Amino acid sequence: MNPQVQRRSMSDRRAGRSSAKEDTPVAQTRFPSPFDIPTPEGAEGWEELYTYSLPFSEDRREYEESMFWFQDGIHWGQALMPWDATFYEFAIASLSQYNTRHYIIPPALGVDYRVLNGYCYLSPVGVADPDEVARRVPHFLERAGFYFGNWNDLYGKWMDKIRALIDRMEALSFEPLPEMENIEVVTGGRGMGSGRDILARYHELVDLALVLWQHHFEFLNLGYAAYLDYFGFCKQAFPNIPDLAIARMVAGIEVDLFRPNEELKRLAKLAVELGIADRLMSGTVVEVVASLETSDEGRRWLAEWEGVKQPWFNFSAGGGFYHSDDIWIEKLEIPMGYLRGYIAKLQNGEDIERPIEEVRAERDRIVAEYTELLSTDEDREAFQQKLGLARVVFPYVENHNFYVEHWGHSVLWRKMRELGKVFVKEGFFTNENDIFYLRRDEVPEALWDMYSAWAVGTPPRGPKYWPREIERRRTILDVLSAWSPPKALGQPPEVVTEPFTIMLWGITSDSVNMWLGAGDGGEGEENALHGFAASPGVAEGPARVIFTADEIGTVQPGEILVAPITAPAWAPIFGTIAATVTDIGGMMSHAAIVCREYGLPAVTGTAFATRDIKTGQRIRVDGTNGTVTILG
Amino acid sequence: MNDYIVWFDRYSDHDRVRVGGKSASLGEMTAAGLPVPPGFAITTEAYHTLRDHPEIRSRVHELLGGVDLSDADALERVSAEIRGLIDAAEIPDDVAREVTEAYAELGARCGVEDVPVAVRSSATAEDLPDASFAGEHDTYLWVRGAREVLAKMRRCWSSLFSARAIAYRHEMGHDHDVISMSVAVQKMVVPRAAGVAFTLNPLDGDRSTVAIDASWGLGEAVVGGEVNPDNYLVDKVLFEIVKRKVSRKEVEIRVGADDRVEQVAVDPDRQSQPCLSDEEIRTVARLARTAERYYGAPQDVEWALDSHLPPGQNVVLLQSRPETVWSRRPRVPISRPMGLEGIVATLLAPLDGRVGDRKEEGVGQTGSR
Repeated sequence: MNPQVQRRSMSDRRAGRSSAKEDTPVAQTRFPSPFDIPTPEGAEGWEELYTYSLPFSEDRREYEESMFWFQDGIHWGQALMPWDATFYEFAIASLSQYNTRHYIIPPALGVDYRVLNGYCYLSPVGVADPDEVARRVPHFLERAGFYFGNWNDLYGKWMDKIRALIDRMEALSFEPLPEMENIEVVTGGRGMGSGRDILARYHELVDLALVLWQHHFEFLNLGYAAYLDYFGFCKQAFPNIPDLAIARMVAGIEVDLFRPNEELKRLAKLAVELGIADRLMSGTVVEVVASLETSDEGRRWLAEWEGVKQPWFNFSAGGGFYHSDDIWIEKLEIPMGYLRGYIAKLQNGEDIERPIEEVRAERDRIVAEYTELLSTDEDREAFQQKLGLARVVFPYVENHNFYVEHWGHSVLWRKMRELGKVFVKEGFFTNENDIFYLRRDEVPEALWDMYSAWAVGTPPRGPKYWPREIERRRTILDVLSAWSPPKALGQPPEVVTEPFTIMLWGITSDSVNMWLGAGDGGEGEENALHGFAASPGVAEGPARVIFTADEIGTVQPGEILVAPITAPAWAPIFGTIAATVTDIGGMMSHAAIVCREYGLPAVTGTAFATRDIKTGQRIRVDGTNGTVTILG
Repeated sequence: MNDYIVWFDRYSDHDRVRVGGKSASLGEMTAAGLPVPPGFAITTEAYHTLRDHPEIRSRVHELLGGVDLSDADALERVSAEIRGLIDAAEIPDDVAREVTEAYAELGARCGVEDVPVAVRSSATAEDLPDASFAGEHDTYLWVRGAREVLAKMRRCWSSLFSARAIAYRHEMGHDHDVISMSVAVQKMVVPRAAGVAFTLNPLDGDRSTVAIDASWGLGEAVVGGEVNPDNYLVDKVLFEIVKRKVSRKEVEIRVGADDRVEQVAVDPDRQSQPCLSDEEIRTVARLARTAERYYGAPQDVEWALDSHLPPGQNVVLLQSRPETVWSRRPRVPISRPMGLEGIVATLLAPLDGRVGDRKEEGVGQTGSR
């Protein structure tokens, strides 16, 4: 089964547009086989860091070699820690399950997923047999129809579910096992103890994480499908319409994903109004809080600051997919830094308010003008209908990210660190984050060791076993982190059709051709990079190439941020940088949404920006045309 | 008095038949507040002083009646004889006086003595108010002095009888007598760059875009196909430049010494440079869109970047006329299914996997087409 090779369908006339083949010398016609990629020296045995079904293996070689695999740098651009693979598996399996088993998306099954040398590779799976596609259609109509027909009602329930779920996660606590059980355990006739509880709580945490990811995709696949339909209509009516215009017509104006940042603006204004802004401008957060405690105004402001933390500071400075991504609520210096930036702007007389009325009026103008430009009333009716549905589904598409990747993950990472601390106390680990060197199925084993030794009253093996094993894994992961994964593997698809692959990962026939043409690892076009025109405008300046959220502090005002991806939480620095360039990202990637929101010139999905651009080089970013020029 | 002159800024609709489509359009554009270089039309009445001269009239009839239109050589000979007749004819004093006075006033308005002007044909007819067919009749650029203006006016008149124009009218079944000629006299711009703009994409009929062709120097290089122009597509709603192709522009038409309009080679280092800034591209698109809104139909606009005007005000429109190819086609609905059926159809054929404005134009674009 090679599902990517599907019929070229009604748009054969566009076939000639995949012109990269003609324009650039074709360096290769297929990507390397996953079986031809050697293990970097020193990383031997990396496969044991992941579930046995994650690595490519001889057991499924024929199938795996027939498929197209792309590296998912949007969510997992770095080598994956063993426990962090949990969310990778939960996310992709849940996505797939809704395509394949819930909504019966006619031409698409799920997205298959693997890990190679620590990096995540995805492969969209289609339905090759046209009869089978046809058989799936009535089921899809019934099931998707129900969701589209009851969207707002179901979405309301989703919000209730997700909040209740996060409450349950928050309620989990991990504490060291007691020297002796509380007397109430005895007098209450409980008949079980703390060792069992900690095991049960870990299992519950993993279960809730899976539920979180199942909820994540309850609406998303359908939301993308509706958006894609509206998108396709716009492109057919106006072949040259900018993607940006299509997005702007549906974009929400008050979106939860932007609330953390909006709350910081509000806090900045309040500080200025209360006349305490200067006391916020220096010192650590602890020092600032101590200073504010001394006055009524200060205490009033602190009450607001505390109130905002839940839930809005459950916000990842990265994408939320790595335990190492900083989270505002755990690193208050991050939101404090952004807050200071806003205060400085206010003190400078700058307006930090988003002109909501103007944004709304502009959105209405755009819709009115395109409506007028349509050919017939029939088209206008279809346009209104598709735009209407896109607007119904879009709040979910924009907002789920805050609730799942930011809030939900933030709680889960914190709880895992709580558990890590327990192991540190028992001498299993030296650092709470060492827990992420364990696979999720190994954590119960370690817990068992701890519990069992506690129960017996003898030493556990863990304090000898795990530090040694973690050290070994650290070495492997260091090697893997320094390794550059190929963009893609296997058999390139003739046409990319899976909606997620296109919408979220930005993998199109063109990008595949570009990767092929550039000869992965070889040289692309000299001094120029091409990508998605994600946010309009032109900017020139020195580049700052960073790979992780930790390095964001090195970015200087006026510089152009060059990164594998950008995350919503980076938004506050968008006020000081000149532009953004990313390696990866489709039009609906979180980065693209945020760049548009903040009106920052941006080119996304350039594939090679972090490879070809060096910090300090002057570059020119044309976010209107999707080009980046290295000036020198 | 003033039967022979209609200033663009005093044009009203009932002048249309007297001034022809081109001047009417310039008058309307001026009224619409579009930046059109100042000028005036010499009305058809001025031409009629010659056309209705009994000797000329009968000789023209005689010549046209006796020619075999399938004989190209004969047609050329007849054309040359008629044009000679008109070019040599005496211009009546009142016509000459009014044109001379109007030209002097134009110079005064522009603050330039002997202001350089373009002298353009604007053919018209009672029942065919826009009988000016692209490229059929003469245009003279960079004309200075009243004497020269009068001479070129007469050449425009006589261009009604170019071999091509005669043959064309014959083919279209237009009577030679009903076609008349007005002449537009307009301040010459000194363009750093110029070209044309369509308020739809001529390749696919997309009405959400303005398509711009632009090259160095006078726009005639673009109109006449002397050069591979830069090509831009601009979205009409956001005014984003959605596509750009910068070509190698090897020649430009410019005004050289002695006001001679000449075609010269472009310096090698300027050939592959874009001839418009992004802001200028957007301004051209905005003006074209304004013209389209004013006329209520897709337009075909000629524009120029006047190097004598300050940046920000330097884009001028030279003419605007209805786009005729796509505008004449019936507008049919897209007929994409609605509702869930639409979503199923989209899932089955999602745009050939293309979502996103990935700009492949730039790839491998070095060198001309």
